[in-house]
Amino acid sequence: MATEAQAIASDWGGGRLPYRVGHRKLGMWLFIMSDSLTFSALLIGYAYVRASNVWPTPFKFYPSIIFSSVMTLVLLSSSLTMVMAVSASARRETSKVRKWILATALLGVTFIVLHMIEWRHLISEGLTPFKLPEEWATKWPGATPLFGATFFGITGMHMFHVATGCIYLLIVAGRVNKLKHEDVEISGLYWHFVDLVWMFVFPMIYLLSIDITK
Amino acid sequence: MTAHAETEEHFAGSNKLFFSVWFWLLLLTGFEVFLGYIHLRVTLMLVILMGASIIKAALIVAYFMHLRFERLPLVLTIVPALVICICLLLVFFPDSFRSRALRSPAPVQTPAETH
Repeated sequence: MATEAQAIASDWGGGRLPYRVGHRKLGMWLFIMSDSLTFSALLIGYAYVRASNVWPTPFKFYPSIIFSSVMTLVLLSSSLTMVMAVSASARRETSKVRKWILATALLGVTFIVLHMIEWRHLISEGLTPFKLPEEWATKWPGATPLFGATFFGITGMHMFHVATGCIYLLIVAGRVNKLKHEDVEISGLYWHFVDLVWMFVFPMIYLLSIDITK
Repeated sequence: MTAHAETEEHFAGSNKLFFSVWFWLLLLTGFEVFLGYIHLRVTLMLVILMGASIIKAALIVAYFMHLRFERLPLVLTIVPALVICICLLLVFFPDSFRSRALRSPAPVQTPAETH
């Protein structure tokens, strides 16, 4: 396609936006690139210690797997409401944008609350970042206490991103009249990215550690 | 043409499309949870789970994050660099297997893995 190639070549001649995105949106994409490397490094570090140690697989259907599955559903649905907000913003329907963004933030808060309950279950069993519960240590002899460190580290880092995202979304919802469409879209990019990270955290942390022993 | 006008674009994709993406994401998640309860070898399960997760990530990036409707140069700037960097992180795994072998010369199996 010679015309396409020519169009791209002339785009890079200067005085235009070759990516057809504003500098803020490009900045968010660059941030997402660096943040995906942060999470990749965390998850690969987790896989590294998991592969070189005896690893406990303690998650029961209730509460852990039920909770984490519902949390996945909540986060995926929040992505859908965010898409609705962005498409309402493209049609300049500000009140709808605000409603959809608030729904997204509410689902985000639901996610955090469910995750906190799930953490409390594990903490009450005796799991800490540096120690396994006695029961697990006898069930999986020689199991490494790094389980707690990686679990709380990775899910905590993700929860921090969700919490930051909720604050970001509330700010965007509050200022939606002053913001351009692209600004709403950028907040959507961040939110979908947080959802995307959970798509890797959930199977790697939870589903690979299901207790299938009787 | 001003910079503002250049970035002013319509938002491609219909609600029906986004609902069906959402539906597929849920379906894949359900499949992953189901997989956790049929007793597979850990490595096989890891491969299937990662495959499903990469499909889910691609759906989110392409449709929710709208990358499929952006210009090709932007996609080429973001995606290949990231994929290569993440793959390079896998260089650590031989060391992980080595330290496992040092720790337990005979292959150790946790109770869960013996199924």
